[in-house]
Amino acid sequence: MEVSTARRTGLVLIVFACSSLLHGSRGENSPKPTGSVTLLPPIVPDDGPQAFPDAEKANMPVFTMDYPRIQIPFEITMWILLASFAKIGFHVYNKITVWVPESCLLITIGLIVGAIMHSVHEEPPAVLNSNVFFLYLLPPIVLDSAYFMPTRPLFENIGTVLWFAVVGTLWNSIGIGMSLFAICQIEAFGVQDINLQENLLFAAIISAVDPVAVLSVFEDVSVNEQLYIVVFGECLFNDAVTVVLYNMFNFVAEMPVVEPVDVFLGVARFFVVGLGGMGFGILFGFTAAFTTRFTSRVREIEPLFIFMYSYLAYLVAELFSISSIMAIVTCALTMKYYVEENVSQRSCTTIRHVVKMLGSISETLIFFFLGVVTITTEHEWNWGYILFTLLFAFVWRGLGVLVLTQIINPFRTIPFNMKDQFGLAYGGLRGAISFALAFTLPENIGRKQLFITATIAVILFTVFLQGISIRPLIEFINVRRTNRNLDTINVEVHCRLMEHTMAGIEDLCGQWSHFYWKDKFMKFNNRILRKILIRDNRAESSIVALYKKLELQSAMEILDTVSGDISAAPSVVCLSEDKKGSAKPRKKFLAPDLKSMHEILSKNMYKIRQRTVAYTTKHALPNESQSREILIRRHASIRRSIRPGSFQSSTPSKSHKYFSLPAGKNLDSKFPPVRQSDTDDQETMSEAAYPSRHSRSVQPVRSSSSSRAMMPLRRLDTLTEVHSVDMVDESSGQDRGRPGRGTSRTNSASGDPQIPVRHRHGDNESGSADRSAEEEQRPSLAPPSWAVEPRDEAARNPLLRRPQWNSKV
Amino acid sequence: MGASQTRYEDQDQHQDQHQNQDLADKTGFSLEQIRNLNNRFQQLSGNEETISRKVLDGVPALANNPIRKQIIEAFFDKRNQRQDEVGSCQEIGFQQFLMVMSHFRPPTLKTTAEEKEALRREKLRFLFNMHDTNNDGTITLLEYRKVVEELLSKSSAIGQEAARAIADAAMLEVASTNVPHMAPEDFYEGITFEHFEQILKGLEMETRMHIRFLDVSTTAMTCGKSTS
Repeated sequence: MEVSTARRTGLVLIVFACSSLLHGSRGENSPKPTGSVTLLPPIVPDDGPQAFPDAEKANMPVFTMDYPRIQIPFEITMWILLASFAKIGFHVYNKITVWVPESCLLITIGLIVGAIMHSVHEEPPAVLNSNVFFLYLLPPIVLDSAYFMPTRPLFENIGTVLWFAVVGTLWNSIGIGMSLFAICQIEAFGVQDINLQENLLFAAIISAVDPVAVLSVFEDVSVNEQLYIVVFGECLFNDAVTVVLYNMFNFVAEMPVVEPVDVFLGVARFFVVGLGGMGFGILFGFTAAFTTRFTSRVREIEPLFIFMYSYLAYLVAELFSISSIMAIVTCALTMKYYVEENVSQRSCTTIRHVVKMLGSISETLIFFFLGVVTITTEHEWNWGYILFTLLFAFVWRGLGVLVLTQIINPFRTIPFNMKDQFGLAYGGLRGAISFALAFTLPENIGRKQLFITATIAVILFTVFLQGISIRPLIEFINVRRTNRNLDTINVEVHCRLMEHTMAGIEDLCGQWSHFYWKDKFMKFNNRILRKILIRDNRAESSIVALYKKLELQSAMEILDTVSGDISAAPSVVCLSEDKKGSAKPRKKFLAPDLKSMHEILSKNMYKIRQRTVAYTTKHALPNESQSREILIRRHASIRRSIRPGSFQSSTPSKSHKYFSLPAGKNLDSKFPPVRQSDTDDQETMSEAAYPSRHSRSVQPVRSSSSSRAMMPLRRLDTLTEVHSVDMVDESSGQDRGRPGRGTSRTNSASGDPQIPVRHRHGDNESGSADRSAEEEQRPSLAPPSWAVEPRDEAARNPLLRRPQWNSKV
Repeated sequence: MGASQTRYEDQDQHQDQHQNQDLADKTGFSLEQIRNLNNRFQQLSGNEETISRKVLDGVPALANNPIRKQIIEAFFDKRNQRQDEVGSCQEIGFQQFLMVMSHFRPPTLKTTAEEKEALRREKLRFLFNMHDTNNDGTITLLEYRKVVEELLSKSSAIGQEAARAIADAAMLEVASTNVPHMAPEDFYEGITFEHFEQILKGLEMETRMHIRFLDVSTTAMTCGKSTS
């Protein structure tokens, strides 16, 4: 805790330095007319260009400063930097962000900076106006949410999501607006001059729910998928609804008289705006997907298309003043699936990173500004109005969820229970969108100050109070949870099995529901859409996708291993080649090869998580662990390549001879025990020589390959015996015949390829067991004991691998 | 065979009601749902009393389902018909049809936690039975492979080899999660139901394995009428 406070003070100092820098520079330059053409203030004289004959003034200026020229981008950069520093600051001490949502912290920092600025009588930068917000800040936020939206659950719950987003927002706006209008009639509050239109406008602003903070909590406690997706989807689509309502009421608020026909036109417009936005989104989404079909030669600009097309969708929708948010959301949802298959892995990562980065910057800035503005603007504080706003916002949200759930529940297969409803209602935090909308209200609204104040009050209240208390409450009432960290092959297989079963049974009982439609869509997708939009358009089931990933990983591993110690490792590639070969050798290789392959697979299984990008925090990228993991393994392989190389060079002929051991020869005779233990010894030595590098990932390698190799292998051995008489009969017979040798060889065979894998496996699943096993092993590896158990050493020696098929002849 | 249909719809209304009420008690379906399913059953069977495998095989909507065989087999599997019998039958009547369907009723708000747990077990058992074709209480590797192969049979990109490898890997996974400390000479025969439960422990079933049985008739909309 001490450290964190120290860091905190450091952070505040940085913040102060930055702001004082800003302040100082602006103070110096603000009196200058920014619009003037005097670009170089120190040298341009008053009499202008006619000073030509004046020789001494034409001297080359040694040092010039031109702040007004760079002022705006400079300030924006500084603000972004400042906000990013703040973000770094929170994550230095992890526990803060667990209990206090990040938005709270950002607002707090904003408040501090605002206080500093206020104390030196500095105006906040007038960066946030309506255009900036709608054209630059909003699109990244929405794109971020939409791009990382888990598509499948979304479409499974699309009805509920839209119901809550559209009807819920309407309900909230109208309910809050009407009740506030009623409050305005009470003379004691002194706000009679706010008319109904303005109240509705204000209500629309504060009914935009932005549960970023809640989503991260939901994810941490892993609430059930339905609740999560409804909250996520609601926040996405209700932005669209809110902005439409905002524009509508904004328009209406300026009209002196509202006629009934205007109401109908308004309703019609609502649909035109929403559906039109969707149409543009789909159009641009498909165009984007289609474009990426042809970018295989220009990988470097691939990510650009994603951003340009989604932004284009946004701008075009804005051009026709239809829902631009709807457009960008549908665009992102449509293209994501196809684009990610078309573009290279690297581009895909880039896209994700940039989307995340832009979204997170926008949001950070808005929250940050919220804090600053809270302090620095003049507020119009009206107790009655603001307190009732808070009350109504809370009550109508709760009521809305209650009523709307009762209506939607009969149509849901899994109805929301009371706990879910509580989560939904309490998750209704207001956030960045509300603030920005309020801040960009037109000046001709009489009580703009009051509205801003009330909006800020609502945001602060919900973000701080609800945002902080929701985690304990959710945990307390014990909302139904879903375990999301399952990504084993079995689960995958059974998910697919269940889906197909359900679709089949639905077909049989002749009823349509989403499985039916999903089936239909998948068929359409596979037959038509994929052919048009995807370069390599083979339909792929998700099991295969998972499997491919596994294969890629093991291939990578093998590559690593091969580069490490020459051609010693079995590769999946070579395995498959072997299989394609003639029937005779195939029979010989297949069983052991399959064994090791499965071994690789099964070991890999433990870490292949997050196949679907399903749940992402607002501020974290999905799939990070995977890439990091691969990185670690790369390091491991480099290390390995150093290690064996050092001793292989000393005895190259021997090891080479060993690898190319002729068929039918006994391995052990070819391989004197002395040599085995020698290499082993050296290995231990070299391992000891690099204790600092990833010591925790290196150490279990040996132990796990030695101690664990046995069991799974035997298991598989027997597994294969059960079923496939065709290929295992002879090898199993052999194993039976020579139990000791058989096992030791298979161990050595399959022990190696997993070395890079194993340490992960060991770390994860059975770290402690391995460690203890390692403790036991260590002494026996010590030099004095090398002669004692040469046979076992042979099994463990990473050099002795793969030759067992030769011996089997 | 208009006779049986009229029997259900017009003639013997009282007895029909009684019979349906019986079924409703047994299966938990509402009367409307039973009526709907009955209509569908009549439609599938061509107004016969029973349905045979061939009829279900001919349902065009099912033609593209990769695990069609398993699904159809599940209907004829006596273990799924809640009669404490084993083996499979050649033909099923409406009651059996309904019994199998009743595995997929969604839970309601009133379902208690224990009932949900029981439902979950039931659904798992149904899946298990789809694998365990010879009804010996274990899923052997051969059986598992078969299902996975079927499951992947519709995607052309993947060969039998890969499907097999996937099944093997999955099996190995089961073995290693359930029997972590196996002696070298031990032999994992197959997945028992307990192990099956174990591997799918964290998986949420209630949102996946259910169908919304509609109260209104939709048979008019379906194109799934069996070929004459």
